[in-house]
Amino acid sequence: MIQRHSLNSDLSFIQKVKELDYILLISILILSFVSLSVMYSTDGGEILYHTKSHFSKIAIFFPLMIIIAFFNIKYWHTFAYFFYLIIILLLIWVSFFGLKASGSQRWMDLYLFVLQPSELMKISIILCLAKYYHRIKIENVNSFTGIIFVLTIILIPTIFVVSQPDLGTSVLIALSGLIVLWLGGVRVKYFIFSLITFLISLPFIISFLKPYQKLRILSFLNPDRDPLGAGYQIIQSKIAIGSGGLDGKGFLKGTQSYLDFLPEKHTDFIFTLFSEEFGFIGSIGLLILYTIIIIRIIRIGAISRSNFSKLFCFGFAFSIFIYIVVNLSMVLGLLPIVGSPLPIMSYGGSSMLATMIGFGIVLSAKVNHKQTIA
Amino acid sequence: MINENSGIRKTDIINRRMFIIGAAKIVVLAGIVARLFSLQINENKKYLTLSDKNRIREWKLPPTRGNIVDYFGNIIAGNLKVYQLHIIPEQVENFNYLLLRLKTILNLSEKKIQRIIKLKNKLKPWDSIIVSENLSWSQFLKINNFLYDLVGVKPVMTISRNYPFSDTYTHVLGYVSQPTEQEIIENEIVKERFVPGMKIGKIGLEKTLEKHLIGTNAIQRYEVNAYGKRINQLEYQKGLQGRKIRLTLDTEVQKLSAKLLKNKAGSISVMDIYTGDIIAMYSSPSYDPNLFLFGIGHDEWELIRNNPLKPLINKTLSGLYSPGSTIKPIVALSALENNIINPSFKVKCTGKTELYGQTFHCWKEKGHGFVNLKNAMKQSCDTYFYEIARLLGVDRLNITAKKFGLGKKVLGDYFDNEKQGLFPNTIWKRNKLEKGWVLGETLITGIGQGYTQTTPLQLCLMTAQIANGGYKIKPKIIVNNNPLTVEETRKAMELQSLKAPNTKLFDDKKNIKIVQEAMFSSTNERFGTSYRSRIDDPKYQFAGKTGTAQVKRISKRERELDLKLEDIPYNDRDHALYVAYGPYKKPRYALSIIVEHGGSGSKAAAPMAKELFKLIIDRNEMRNKQSNFEEVDI
Repeated sequence: MIQRHSLNSDLSFIQKVKELDYILLISILILSFVSLSVMYSTDGGEILYHTKSHFSKIAIFFPLMIIIAFFNIKYWHTFAYFFYLIIILLLIWVSFFGLKASGSQRWMDLYLFVLQPSELMKISIILCLAKYYHRIKIENVNSFTGIIFVLTIILIPTIFVVSQPDLGTSVLIALSGLIVLWLGGVRVKYFIFSLITFLISLPFIISFLKPYQKLRILSFLNPDRDPLGAGYQIIQSKIAIGSGGLDGKGFLKGTQSYLDFLPEKHTDFIFTLFSEEFGFIGSIGLLILYTIIIIRIIRIGAISRSNFSKLFCFGFAFSIFIYIVVNLSMVLGLLPIVGSPLPIMSYGGSSMLATMIGFGIVLSAKVNHKQTIA
Repeated sequence: MINENSGIRKTDIINRRMFIIGAAKIVVLAGIVARLFSLQINENKKYLTLSDKNRIREWKLPPTRGNIVDYFGNIIAGNLKVYQLHIIPEQVENFNYLLLRLKTILNLSEKKIQRIIKLKNKLKPWDSIIVSENLSWSQFLKINNFLYDLVGVKPVMTISRNYPFSDTYTHVLGYVSQPTEQEIIENEIVKERFVPGMKIGKIGLEKTLEKHLIGTNAIQRYEVNAYGKRINQLEYQKGLQGRKIRLTLDTEVQKLSAKLLKNKAGSISVMDIYTGDIIAMYSSPSYDPNLFLFGIGHDEWELIRNNPLKPLINKTLSGLYSPGSTIKPIVALSALENNIINPSFKVKCTGKTELYGQTFHCWKEKGHGFVNLKNAMKQSCDTYFYEIARLLGVDRLNITAKKFGLGKKVLGDYFDNEKQGLFPNTIWKRNKLEKGWVLGETLITGIGQGYTQTTPLQLCLMTAQIANGGYKIKPKIIVNNNPLTVEETRKAMELQSLKAPNTKLFDDKKNIKIVQEAMFSSTNERFGTSYRSRIDDPKYQFAGKTGTAQVKRISKRERELDLKLEDIPYNDRDHALYVAYGPYKKPRYALSIIVEHGGSGSKAAAPMAKELFKLIIDRNEMRNKQSNFEEVDI
């Protein structure tokens, strides 16, 4: 107890700085720089709106990440449920008063910027469930009430987000939550049963989808069904990536994006532009960068003493991985088109805010890795 | 401590489960990399092509038509730079203001303005609208002066067809104009090369030689964006101009023909009697083909259409006339060939012949007395020819006439308005009119009246084939890759006739000679019908036969009145005809002249031959110096 107390005592500022994970920090910086260059390319090789806006987001959120890193991770543990509740409230607020854009209602106008609470939920749900599994007795993990409780925690935000409608984000929230359940020790057979149940009820679920969502699935299965309509995005994306070849068309020379053949090149299809201009080599480079970031996060989880930190780091690492996989599979034509941004690379404030907060918490876990949380 | 223990067990579970996910992650990541590899490395070529297909678009430009030149290389259908005015809507600041300005500068009509507005709403904002296809130089200057005020306006220089000799060649060349939808669909080559603003041949050689003249499109390759807007030009591929076509025609002779037939309806054709080269082919009146290039105005069109002299009809090829007495050389030849007569065979002409109660008049009321072949031809005695036609019969006459090209198209496929004419026989009448042949009809066929219908070019060919000694020739209007010179052609012609008997149009060479001599006397001996038009200089001396074709039956009363030409209504006047060849001693050219409602052949048509032969024979040497060969396979 004394030992724990002494470790709990606040580290000096210098110690904290020394304890930061510099490989992770540098990787995030490089990624930010790459994302800025690509944004510059989407602006047609000029510093226009998207580049400026993306830059200012990095300029605000990167320092925010550092600041979070200096806060003790125990505060995140303390306020985890509270944050979750706040964001649930924001989701409720959005469902009534949110901004509408292209048929869905996901955003709230905060005058300085527009916030998408569902993005923050991606982090919050990991924090919340990490706290839950940190505190619960291992015997109770697979109790009926325990399972019902965590499922409720996951379902509430998922349902709100689905109804916005935003299928992509809700799936990501659910997956982020489920991974913590997995890490927390929920029985494997439950996962297998639910997977089977899910697969069986898949046709039923599809019948509940909105027409445009069904169309997306149809055009995923056969993009040439409607090459100028529903299949357009995926066809053009594949053309852009495929035509990039081994070493790409060169920076600012991606004809598919420069000539506006690529839709949504700033956001969900940012990888397409990157891959067209930098080719296979560049794409592999980007994947390696992401892999380094994920491995560093897992390493921090591994050396953390508290299970809360472990659960968060592993959960967050997995989430980042899932975001990347879902986004890339989508632009590569391996999954139907669901809106899902590529972390840091895609244009979009809320996604970057959530990711940077996540990184900040991970860094804080690193700084305080020797600490245990009661 | 229970808490502590549980914490450690939990840590184990977390670590173990993390390891399982880690393994799963590697598998998924490998899948992504494999997909990237397959798209970017394996299928790179496919997607690179697709990407180029996306961004590169071709624009075809109108092809430049080939020139058409006369025998001496003068351009008779060429291309001219024209100035056009285009508007590019997306560059226009204030469209209404611009239209207002243009309206005052160019005097545009309200209808035209409406059409521009309609076009603007139909086209993409970066597609140019053609305001004026053919600006005059002064309009072009004016526009350039006001250009600072006309934002979005582009003066453009382009190429258009041009006929420098105006109406001299219209019926030969035809003209070009915008194709109709039907024409684009029907013509493969036009369909392939069509671009808005392109013109195609509508009639004449411009139409039949379309595939040679059309040329290939220049191609501009542009990079375009997703909306089809041109971003920058990548390549410019020059088009090939259409083939140059050299005609056998001589502009000077053509011009003289036009001058001679000025204000008259009629036709002049001149032909080389050995090579079949058509030296001149003019149908009067003509019209200016340049009028059709940018769409002819309503008033101008009405003027041409309603002209009583019918300028739209190519009389040389589609005008059908009774040959009148110009048929007599063929009748005489046929009678000689069939041994019906000999040169000393005589008929007494009293001015008329009776047959089954019907009277057949000679043009000379008093009669010619006893005439032999030579005198009958010289004075064009109708009674003589009634008699030999009667003895010969129409069927035998028909065979000779057919041999000499009557009743058949002369130029074949080059002109789709060419008519084949008609030379009757008994079978024809029975089949077509379902009536038996009447002997009286044989008589009038013998003087070129009745059912017989000939085109002026057929008469010219007929005369040419008498002139060359009775050998079949293939008339042509385009200088092609036939390497034979005139002299070689002539020898080949005689040689050919030994091998292929159908190219020899006679049985006894002597008979041709007799006919030739008779034609000579008709022009060069006293009392000959065209004696007054003769040229005594042997260099130019020619032989010919006049013809006067009745347009309607002459009633007894009219015959007694003996009206002067001026007193007869225009449409009732006889057609004047003349066929001739020369120089008589060493023949080279044949011609046919027809003046519609010109009165008698000797007065209206034969004098023209005199002027024509002077010019044609003067130019003979020059013509011989020109190569008779072009590297074309037409």
